[in-house]
Amino acid sequence: MGVYQSHVTEITYPRTGSANHLEEVAIARRRRVAAIAAALTLGGCSAAGAGGGGGAGPHGVALRVAIVANPQMQDVEKLTSEFEKANPDIKVNYVTLPENESRAKITASVSTQSNEFDVVMISNYETPMWARFGWISDLQPYMSKTPGYDESDFIPSIRKSLSYRGDMYSVPFYGESSFLVYRKDLFAKAGLKMPAHPTWTQIAGFARRLTNKAKGIAGICLRGEAGWGQVLAPLDTVINTFGGRWYDPSWHAQLTSPADERAVSFYVNLVTKYGEPGAAGSGFAECATQYGQGSAAMWYDATSTAGTIEDKATSTVVGKNGYVPAPVMKTPNSGWLYTWSLAIPKTSPNQQAAWRFISWATSKAYIKLVGSKLGWASLPPGSRLSTYQIPQYRQAAKAFASPTLQAIEHADPNHPTVQPVPYVGVQFLDIPEFQDLGTRVSQQVTAAIAGQESVSSALSTSQKYASTVGDGYRK
Amino acid sequence: MATATADQAVHLPGARGQDRRSREGWIRRLPLMPALVFTIVVTQIPFLLTLYYSLQSWNIAKPGSPHWVGLHNYVDVFSDPVFYGALLHTIEITFGSVLIATLLGLGLAILLDRKFLGRGLVRTLLISPFLIMPTAAALLWKTTMLDPVYGIVNWVIGWFGAAPVDFVSKHPLGSVIATVVWQWTPFEMLILLAGLQGQPRDVLEAARVDGASAWASFREITLPHLRSYLELGVLLGSIYVVNTFDTIYMITQGGPGTATTNLPFYIYQRAFEGFDIGQAAALGVVTVVGTIIVATIALRTVFRVFIENESRA
Amino acid sequence: MATVAATAPGSGRPRRRLRERLGGIAWGTVAWFAAIIFFFPVFWMVLTSFKPESAAYTNPPKFFFNPTLDQYKAVFSTGMGPFLANSAIATVISVLLVLLLATPAAYALSMRPVGRWRDALFFFISTKMLPVVAAIVPIYLAVRDIGLLDSIPTLIVLYTAMNLPIAVWMMRSFFLEVPGEILEAARIDGADLRHELTEVVMPVVAPGLAATALICAIFAWNEFFFALNLTSIRSATMPVFLVSFVTSEGLFWAKLAAAATLASVPVLIAGWIAQRQLVRGLSMGAIK
Repeated sequence: MGVYQSHVTEITYPRTGSANHLEEVAIARRRRVAAIAAALTLGGCSAAGAGGGGGAGPHGVALRVAIVANPQMQDVEKLTSEFEKANPDIKVNYVTLPENESRAKITASVSTQSNEFDVVMISNYETPMWARFGWISDLQPYMSKTPGYDESDFIPSIRKSLSYRGDMYSVPFYGESSFLVYRKDLFAKAGLKMPAHPTWTQIAGFARRLTNKAKGIAGICLRGEAGWGQVLAPLDTVINTFGGRWYDPSWHAQLTSPADERAVSFYVNLVTKYGEPGAAGSGFAECATQYGQGSAAMWYDATSTAGTIEDKATSTVVGKNGYVPAPVMKTPNSGWLYTWSLAIPKTSPNQQAAWRFISWATSKAYIKLVGSKLGWASLPPGSRLSTYQIPQYRQAAKAFASPTLQAIEHADPNHPTVQPVPYVGVQFLDIPEFQDLGTRVSQQVTAAIAGQESVSSALSTSQKYASTVGDGYRK
Repeated sequence: MATATADQAVHLPGARGQDRRSREGWIRRLPLMPALVFTIVVTQIPFLLTLYYSLQSWNIAKPGSPHWVGLHNYVDVFSDPVFYGALLHTIEITFGSVLIATLLGLGLAILLDRKFLGRGLVRTLLISPFLIMPTAAALLWKTTMLDPVYGIVNWVIGWFGAAPVDFVSKHPLGSVIATVVWQWTPFEMLILLAGLQGQPRDVLEAARVDGASAWASFREITLPHLRSYLELGVLLGSIYVVNTFDTIYMITQGGPGTATTNLPFYIYQRAFEGFDIGQAAALGVVTVVGTIIVATIALRTVFRVFIENESRA
Repeated sequence: MATVAATAPGSGRPRRRLRERLGGIAWGTVAWFAAIIFFFPVFWMVLTSFKPESAAYTNPPKFFFNPTLDQYKAVFSTGMGPFLANSAIATVISVLLVLLLATPAAYALSMRPVGRWRDALFFFISTKMLPVVAAIVPIYLAVRDIGLLDSIPTLIVLYTAMNLPIAVWMMRSFFLEVPGEILEAARIDGADLRHELTEVVMPVVAPGLAATALICAIFAWNEFFFALNLTSIRSATMPVFLVSFVTSEGLFWAKLAAAATLASVPVLIAGWIAQRQLVRGLSMGAIK
């Protein structure tokens, strides 16, 4: 088979070609063009009805909802038809993006008043700030007018973290703190016993004992991936409990203080010596995979990890795990506090409809709906106290329900560390500059974990970034 | 090769002189105008706006509107070590990827220039990486290929007794370049293949009959013939690779640290993580100006089409 | 052209033929080996997309497993249709627009070149080198102000601008292919401009048009950055659909692979069908 014609013969033909010949070639070519054109429009046949955001009838509202691509949010999408059945005048359209993209997009859109969304998924980092800036609507009036919504059922620490001047500006979809999960079978085999409230020194000892490179088992899995929502989350809790902090009360950066340096060195050492392979690129997802596949003996991360590792579909270590509170050093508790919550941008013309959707997705009834339709283990945890009273959930989440609730209740963003600080937040600082500062500092930490930089040089670079930001608050 | 005659470019010897000539000129320019105007509007207006924002201090994550700061953002850019790192990485990624992709592409094109069983299928397989969505390719490489525990590459090097390597964090630039090379090698290959197939067969045959070694005829006949194809491949490859964003965004997020932060990614970070519009704009302006300078020098000295007397008209 | 110095002719013919055949086999083997290496990631993507999630990340990797369509079902159930349609519309219309603008422009830069055509060509190409990232915020704000955020026309305009330089470049090369003799003959025969274009120029240029369309379609279909930042709900395209499967909580390689396969297939097939045009189209700029 002549695979293709020589290039030269194809392009020199007309020099001697008669008009006839020319025409023949032209016809042959036209056919080929048609074939390509057909190929190009492949998949374009359904073009007519494009645009996911169809309307919702003549008098209806099409809600534009931006959410983060996490399994529990994707459950909302699956169950939306139930909401639409009960609210025939509302049609819900989603944009689902991974955390980073979603945060960048929502922030850009809300801050520039671009009116792209009616409902946005944000967190306890943005909520108080954006409430102060006047970018999102006060939800308190809506809540009090919604019978049976029962906002006093939200876990108090979560509720407080989403409030500004006593009013809630976003409502929790799910909440989490951090705790440590460990393999009871591996501990038993090694003759080790996990204390009820371990310290980091003890954890480092266990990690050393349990690391088994030959069998491909890491002593502990810890996040190392850059991003303020990745490595900085667990690391900040370590810094706090070691007695370190980001700033002193007059906004002088403290990242090169002895306590911070000790904490970061400890973390970097622990993860490079006894941590998972590829630590510098591992975030929640990578650790979930490795721990779930039995390649790690301990894992310090979000309380929501439990749902993944106790699920037979994704994990091979179901039922082998113990859960203890976040390890401590100088503070009594060390867990972080985080919640994905739903808010309504001020620019939305559909406030009322947006609230109807939000109140559905964060109601007691929704939680029960997820339980009955998708399984009791996969309902969104950490938002409502009543969730922990549901018998089926207590059964399904026997191993981790009460450690989760306790961790969330004990998290204290107002007093994250031993010394006083000028900011609120455990694993973040509630200032707009933190996204950027946190990302830059996290990159330095990741470089130290990857061995491309020493901890002290990473911290002195970070200190420079932090000082620039601190200067802005001292003026 | 067919070349058009020069008289097309010559103006009609107009009896009525200037007037007619300028009208003639406008008629000729007319077909060019829609594309030119469109391109100017769509590409230059945003650039002017960028220029404007680069002189403003504006963080959109905080309330408040932009205010004039003069050249302050530019001072920040030039005193920022990450900027120089990003510049260096941009150069490394572009040069490294284009060079390797062109060499590999040349090798593959030479392989494909000879008949063998299933040549058509081999070519089909080889062009596929170029057709895969770059976002998909990057995700594919990051997960299934380069993962330190479950990645194929580590499994393969395991056959040779090598210990698993955490490519993305130990060799971040290499990982990015490998992915870019995988995507762009087929592109270079296609261009060079066309070049090889356009070779004058009779000259090659004559050389062979004369007993010239394969290497000699490659060096003396093929390479000179390929020169303009190599130029084109390098030019087009560089244009696309210098703006690499998807790959870095998906695989390394510019890290670890800032080890793979190139200029496009850094600008994105300043804009969408820092929300510092003024600084992102200043970075953008510096990048654009730098690119234009480099491009002008490169295009006007290396690439034949832009060198005056070597072309027609 | 350089001539090669003559050396002693090779020894006997039959031995030479045998050597050539063996050489041919070795040649083919090397080529096949290279092709398999290059294609492997694509193959693996498709294979992974048929795996149950638990077989997607194993060490050693699994080649044999019980194939399942679950991942594709999961991807389809998230409503891929609108994304696919948006991609198709943005791609097809922007490509048509590109051809409509680039063809006359390329004509003006080649057949009857305007003065300073080189500068014009250079201008087009130079816009291709600008990092689009640099201008994304001004573009975002400008698009917001004219009320066109999250709309397909925005994407169409930007994709047209993005592909126009390369299209002008390619189309110009195709126009230069039109042999001067025929053109002249037609002119002497008194053909007017319209006839010159439809009967002499277009037949030669048509395949070039197809090649240009294909290249522009590939880039438009695969474009991620504008789509990510300027669309949200109504007009998001396939690359955005794809990244929505990247989740920071839990790995779903198999589902991701299924989404990646679906996102890539249209261009992959179009490229396979039209690979000959691709070879020709890409290389044209080298000749003139």
